[in-house]
Amino acid sequence: MSTDKKNGSSCSRRTVLKSGAALGAASAMPMFYTRDAWAAKDFRNNPGNASSVTIGFNVPQSGAYADEGADELRAFKLAVKHLNGEGDGGMMQTMKPMNLTGNGILGKKVEFVTGDTQTKSDAARASAKRMIEKDRVIMFSGGSSSGVAVAVQGLAQEMGVIFMAGLTHSNDTTGKDKRRYGFRHFFNAYMSGAALGPVLESEYGTNRRAYHLTADYTWGWTQEESIKNTTEALGWETAKTVRTPVGAGDFSQYITPVLNSGADVLILNHYGKDMINSLTQAIQFGLRDKNVNGKDFQIIVPLFSRLMAQGAGENIKGILGTTNWNWALQDAGSQAFVKAFGQEYGFPPSQAAHTCYVQTLLYANACEMAGTFYPPEVIKQLEGFKFDGMGNGPTEYRAEDHQCFKDVLVVKGNQNPSSQFDLLEIVQEVPRAQVEYDAKIFGGELGPYEV
Amino acid sequence: MNKLKMMPEWLIMVVFAAAILTMPIWMSPLGAAYPDLLQKFAIFGVFAIGYNILFGLTGYLSFGHAAFLGVGSYTAVWSFKLLTMNVLPAIFFSVLFAGVFAAIIGFISLRRSGIYFSILTLAFAQMSYNLAYSVLTPITNGETGLQLERDDPRIFDTAVTEGLPTTELFGLSMSGYSGFYVCAAFLIIAFYVSLRIFRSPFGLKLRAIKSNQTRMRYTGYSTRPYLLTAFVISGMYAGLAGSLMAVTDPLAGAERMQWTASGEVVLMTILGGVGTLIGPLLGVGIIKYFENIFSAINETVLHGFFDFLPSWLQEFMVFITSPFVGEGWHLTLGILFMLIVAFLPGGIMEGIDKIKSKFSKSSGQSDDSTTEAVREGA
Repeated sequence: MSTDKKNGSSCSRRTVLKSGAALGAASAMPMFYTRDAWAAKDFRNNPGNASSVTIGFNVPQSGAYADEGADELRAFKLAVKHLNGEGDGGMMQTMKPMNLTGNGILGKKVEFVTGDTQTKSDAARASAKRMIEKDRVIMFSGGSSSGVAVAVQGLAQEMGVIFMAGLTHSNDTTGKDKRRYGFRHFFNAYMSGAALGPVLESEYGTNRRAYHLTADYTWGWTQEESIKNTTEALGWETAKTVRTPVGAGDFSQYITPVLNSGADVLILNHYGKDMINSLTQAIQFGLRDKNVNGKDFQIIVPLFSRLMAQGAGENIKGILGTTNWNWALQDAGSQAFVKAFGQEYGFPPSQAAHTCYVQTLLYANACEMAGTFYPPEVIKQLEGFKFDGMGNGPTEYRAEDHQCFKDVLVVKGNQNPSSQFDLLEIVQEVPRAQVEYDAKIFGGELGPYEV
Repeated sequence: MNKLKMMPEWLIMVVFAAAILTMPIWMSPLGAAYPDLLQKFAIFGVFAIGYNILFGLTGYLSFGHAAFLGVGSYTAVWSFKLLTMNVLPAIFFSVLFAGVFAAIIGFISLRRSGIYFSILTLAFAQMSYNLAYSVLTPITNGETGLQLERDDPRIFDTAVTEGLPTTELFGLSMSGYSGFYVCAAFLIIAFYVSLRIFRSPFGLKLRAIKSNQTRMRYTGYSTRPYLLTAFVISGMYAGLAGSLMAVTDPLAGAERMQWTASGEVVLMTILGGVGTLIGPLLGVGIIKYFENIFSAINETVLHGFFDFLPSWLQEFMVFITSPFVGEGWHLTLGILFMLIVAFLPGGIMEGIDKIKSKFSKSSGQSDDSTTEAVREGA
C-alpha cells in the first residue's frame, strides 16, 4: 500500500499537535485536536489517502417510478460534475453558507457508481450492498419509493454509510423509521396535507365527501392518513379509502365504484406511472364531468410532479396538488440549477432531480465543514444545518428527525401551458411555518452515531 | 459425466466444499468477490438445488416455489422479532413452516400433472403473494416489508438499548464474510443431501416417475407419496434459502413471493442443466452475476473498458454494447437463455459434456454415453 509514508507523516503531525497542547495552546485549537482524533479512527470505506472518493446512486431504472429514476440519475451526474469543478457550478454559485471549492470533496475527485433498485426493497438493498461492499462508496443516495428508502436507510445504519434519501414522501422515512444515517431533503405527506388544506377550503368549500385511492405501501398509507386528517379537519367526510397495488396498470376496477359511492372528490394517493394511469382512467370514466350532491366532481393529486403531468397530458389541467420544487421558480438557486441542467440535457429538471442534486451538494458540503469523511462528524454537521439558495428559500435540516423544513408549493395543472414543460401553475408558496410539526408526533428513534 | 458418476461421494464433497469455500478468492478476478453477492450465490444455490430435486428428478415443473422462499423469510424474521437474534431457531422454524406449507400445496397440486400442475402451483404462489402483499398486512407489513424493530419482544435476548440488534450465531455476526461462510456451510450440507437423494433408490423412483409414470403405476407403485415427498423436500430447501436470506439481511418483502421470483429459479435450473447436480448452481452463478455486476456497468465503465481503442471506435463500441449492459442486462440474459435453450437443451452441463466427449473421442475412447448422460445427469 502506498499509505505507509503518509501515515508516518500524520503521526508526526499528531506529535506536533500534542506537544503544542502540552505547551498550553490546547484551548486555542480544539478543532485540530479533535480532527486528528478522527483521522486516527477508522470507519467503513474510509478513502484514506486515495485521490478519489466514490459515491453511489441507487435509482429505479425499471418499474412504475422509472421516469423519476432516470431524471434523478441525470441530476446526480450533474452534481458530480459541479463538485469536480466542471461546468458552470449550478447551485454552487448560490448556495449559502458553502464550503465547497469545486475541487471534489476534501480535495478528492468524486467518482460515482450506479445501480437499479427496480422499486423493490430486496433489489435495492442488494444493489446498495454491492455499492458499499464492492465499490466502497462513502455515501449513497437515490430512490423513488418510500418503501425502498426505508429499507435501504436501515441498511445504511447497519453498515455505517450515510444515505441521502432522494424522492421519498412518506412520513415514516423521517418518522417512525428514521435513522441516524438517513437524511431527507424532500418534503413529506404531512406537509402536503398542511399546505393543501387552506387551498382546498377556499376552492372546494367545507362540505365535501372524499374517496381515496391509495398506493398500498408506507408512502400511500401515510399520505392517505395525512390528507384525511386535513380534509376531515375542514369538515369533509371520507366516503371510503381503497388500497391499490403498486404498478397495477389498470385501475378501472377501482374507479367504477367511485361513481356510485356518493363521493364528490376523488383523492389519488398515487405516484409515477400509477398516477398517470389512474388519473387518465378517472377522466375517461367521465368523473370530472359529473355533478354529485349539487357540486362539480373534483380530483386531487396530493403529490404532483412535472414528469407525471407530462405523462398525463391534457388530463392534468386544473387539478390541485403539492410539489417540493418546480423549475419555474424565480429565485437565483432554482434559476442556476435549471440553466445548468438545461444546458446539459436540453430540458428542465423535475422535482426528483432537484432534491437529488441538492442532497449530493449538501453531503459534500457537510464533509467539507467537518473536515473529514468520518460519518458521525458529517452527520453532526448536517444536523441542524441551515442553508439558503438551493431553490426552496431558507431551509433547515432538523436535528431531531433529519427532515428538511422549507416552503411547500401548492400547484395546479396549467390550463394554458406556454410550452411542453410549463405544465404546473404555482397557486401558492406555503410558508414553512404553516407546515411545521413537532418531531415527536411520529415516534421513531434515530439510533447511535457510532455503529 | 460418467466419471463424476463413478467418483466416490467423499471425493465429490471435498472438491465441492473446496470450490465453494474458496469462492472469495477465485471470484475476485470476475469482480464478484464481495460478501453480499457471495451470500446470494450460496443462498440461491440452496434454492436451486432443492428445486432441482423436484423438477430435475420427477420432471414436475413447479411455478410456485417462491412462495416457500417467502414463507421461510417471514418465519425467520418473526423468529428474530419474537424469540431471539440467534439464527438457529429461525432456520429451524423456517424449514419446518415451509415444509408444512409445501405439504398442503403439494397435496392439492399433485392431483394433476404436467401443465395443470404448473398452473396450480402458479396459482397458489400468486395467492400467497397477494395475501402477503395486502390481506395479511399485519403479519407481513405488505409492500413495505417486515423489518426488525427495537421494541420487539425477543423473549430470549436481553433488551437492546440503542439501535437495532443484528443477527448472530452464538456471537458470530451474520453480515459480511462470516455470513457467507455460514450460508456456504448450509449449501454444502444441502448439496450432500441432494447427492444422497440422487444416488438413492428413492431418487431412482423419482426418475422413474419422470420417464413413465403410468408404467410405474402398473408395477405396483403408488407414485403420489413419492412425488409429495419430493415436493416437500424441495419446499423445505426453499424455506432454508428464504431463512438464510433473512439471516444475512433481516428483512422480508412480499416481492420474494412474486411469480417472477418463481420463474427465476426455473430459469436458473434450465440454464445450468435440469436434473444435473452441478447445473443449477452454474445457472445461479450466471443469473446472479448478470443481475448484480452486469446491471451496474454504465457508459463510464464501458469507456474505461474500450480505452485501448481509437476514440471513434471507442465511441462506436460503447454505442453498440451499452444497450446490453446496465439496465439492459435483462436483454443480454434473455439472448443467452434463448441460445442455450435452442442449441443446448440440456443447459450448460450439456455443453460441458459435448466438449468433454469431443476430447475423449480424440483420445481414442468411444462416444458411448452423451445422450444417456444428458438424460440422467450427473
